[in-house]
Amino acid sequence: MYGKKVKLRILFLFLVITTLVLSIYLILKSLEENVVYFLSPTEIRNLAEIKEEKIRIGGMVKNQSIIINSNEINFIITDLKNEINVSYSGSIPNLFSEGKGVVAEGYLRDRNFLSATKILAKHDENYMPPEVKEALGDK
Amino acid sequence: MLANQIGYYSLILGLISSIIIIPISLKNYPHNNETIDRKIFSLSFFQFFFVLVSFIGLVFSFINSDFGNETVYNNSHTTKPLFYKISGTWGNHEGSLLLWLLVLTFFIFLFLVKSKSQPKKYRILTLLFQQTIIIGFFIFVLKTSNPFNYLFPTPKEGMGLNPILQDPALAIHPPILYLGFVGSSVIFSSSLAAVVQGYISKSWANHIKIWILISWFFLTIGILLGSIWAYYELGWGGFWFWDPVENVSLMPWLSLTALLHCILVLEKKTILTSWTIILSISTFVLSVSGTFLVRSGILNSVHTFANDPERGLFILFFLFFLIFLALIVFFMFHKNGNHETVKINFLSKETSILINNWFMMYFLSVVLIGTLYPIFLEVLTNEKISVGPPFYNKLILPFLVPFLIFMTFVPYLKWIKSEFNKIKIDIILLFILSFIVSILLFKQFGFESLMISILIPFTFYLFLITAKDLLSKNKKNFSQKVSHFGFSFLVLSILLNSIFSSEIIINLKEGERFSFQGGTITFHSLEENNGKNYKSIIGNFEIYDDKNQSIKLMPELRIYNQPSIVTSEADIKTTLFYDKFLVMNSVKNNEYFNVRYQVKSFMIWIWISTLILALGGFLSFTKRLYEK
Repeated sequence: MYGKKVKLRILFLFLVITTLVLSIYLILKSLEENVVYFLSPTEIRNLAEIKEEKIRIGGMVKNQSIIINSNEINFIITDLKNEINVSYSGSIPNLFSEGKGVVAEGYLRDRNFLSATKILAKHDENYMPPEVKEALGDK
Repeated sequence: MLANQIGYYSLILGLISSIIIIPISLKNYPHNNETIDRKIFSLSFFQFFFVLVSFIGLVFSFINSDFGNETVYNNSHTTKPLFYKISGTWGNHEGSLLLWLLVLTFFIFLFLVKSKSQPKKYRILTLLFQQTIIIGFFIFVLKTSNPFNYLFPTPKEGMGLNPILQDPALAIHPPILYLGFVGSSVIFSSSLAAVVQGYISKSWANHIKIWILISWFFLTIGILLGSIWAYYELGWGGFWFWDPVENVSLMPWLSLTALLHCILVLEKKTILTSWTIILSISTFVLSVSGTFLVRSGILNSVHTFANDPERGLFILFFLFFLIFLALIVFFMFHKNGNHETVKINFLSKETSILINNWFMMYFLSVVLIGTLYPIFLEVLTNEKISVGPPFYNKLILPFLVPFLIFMTFVPYLKWIKSEFNKIKIDIILLFILSFIVSILLFKQFGFESLMISILIPFTFYLFLITAKDLLSKNKKNFSQKVSHFGFSFLVLSILLNSIFSSEIIINLKEGERFSFQGGTITFHSLEENNGKNYKSIIGNFEIYDDKNQSIKLMPELRIYNQPSIVTSEADIKTTLFYDKFLVMNSVKNNEYFNVRYQVKSFMIWIWISTLILALGGFLSFTKRLYEK
């Protein structure tokens, strides 16, 4: 009788630990595959190689850089040191405008060109991406 | 000005009440009589009253646009409609914390009044733990986020409330969500008190269940409101984005849902005691961490607002203090010995609820890691990353299948021991039916991913089974049936929504027409209009679908005067089976408008099913009140 109880306990503990280990392994593994790195135009300039993975670029939309036609929006993200051209077709947030902070998510074609799949802007008119703030502070 | 001063001093009086309540409670604690000193009741009431006065003071300052008050100056404007002047009170950091305090003091007073049948020492201890939390929040509000700071000279005009917050759903979203968050503080305090008293028992479970139900109900509704708001106001056109701010509200919800199931077991038998306590603690800790993450500006989220890191530091310390306190109490006082010796059969409700809890914990850890990992990585390596929907989909969807299967059969199990001897014919018939429906759907439309194709039949099956239970004559556990039906309906709506929705995004000039596979969009003209504190540009769009039916949609751009922000108001035509959603955005000095047209299937069912889910909690709550 007692032995059965102990056996049950051990089985239970074993189950708990295996599920725990398994789920943590699963989570960490898919984290590795699914994270999106966030970079500034300067960091992209300094990249050793260009990978085929999704990244995010943060900075400011350069003044007078937005060009729109019926299925594309082209603009330049700057951190006031370096710039990167972005081409995008999709919906834009309403705080997207020249001279304001922006985050573009997409694939790098080369060091100067991002083909974006998503544009995010902060919901705060005073918001500046930290990189831009730093760059402005350096001046 | 007067309202402002009354508010401030009233807040200090509230803190003083706390300081008086503690020694009186300590003095009253060792007495063996069964009643709590009347003084404690009155003081607790006064504390609530003081905070209420303080809160009303702030509301008055907002209504009168008293810009001598810094909070009002930063978040209000004379031209704002009255409704949003009032909701602006909690639409900012300082005011929302005052609201936290208000609910905290209200709930502990309510607890004292409503727990008369409980042991005295347990009630006093709960009060003491709760007062510790309350004092922490008082100090936090007064030290770092005083809503009554003066500005001199008094500015003529305020900075205005962020226009995206000027919205009816978001006006009531914070108070509702806070009722859920703060309700979990009562659960936290009372479980600690019960641990100290060795009172983790069936009668405790029975009594605390009502608080779990209250918190759960409000948390569910609060999350729903935020989700609806994001759908139409942010123009994202969806209901969930795995944004960190959304995740921090989902985490306490998952933990609380696990607790809600766990307490059902404890109500019947004195088992799973440690687990119940851990869940009670973690729910509240997750609620406070949520506040910390949102308020500190640590989260790399699309909808965090500019923040002050010092506040984050304070909450972080407070959080560690609470965790530390909880752990000490747990390890010092919790005795695991008073378990009933019952044999637990594998085929019983207890085991299945334990399995439910495992799933909840798994979902919780996925969300937790996905939300926190970017923060840790940034602190440790200075690398910035974000974790998006693919991560969550990949980890949650596969586990949803066994979860749904469990949920289908578990309500048929009995306590302690059941056997599968009577497999009813209708259960098999429904199973076949749901597979046929899924195959037909698949043939007709073809699903994009394997995962969804697997999920669909099981979701249908759960839906049919829960619907059958709901309609059955047996009204036992009716509230549970309602909630389970709501949940299966929700999963079904989400799946169908993800399969059948479509969208078109283009840039259009006034007068242009765009043809796509499913029809045409014509941008007829632009109109201008004036609102109270904004100017609006309205686009006249006409859309023909593939059946040549036309609808007119008029999305709007609002240009607010203060702060000068443009928001876009989507125009949504809702029908029973789909929403047609059109939103336009302008780019400064450009004649092109960015137009996004979506057909979102079963959108309204997502909202309705979540309401049904919450309704189950509400029914269970009212039933208990009725029975008493």
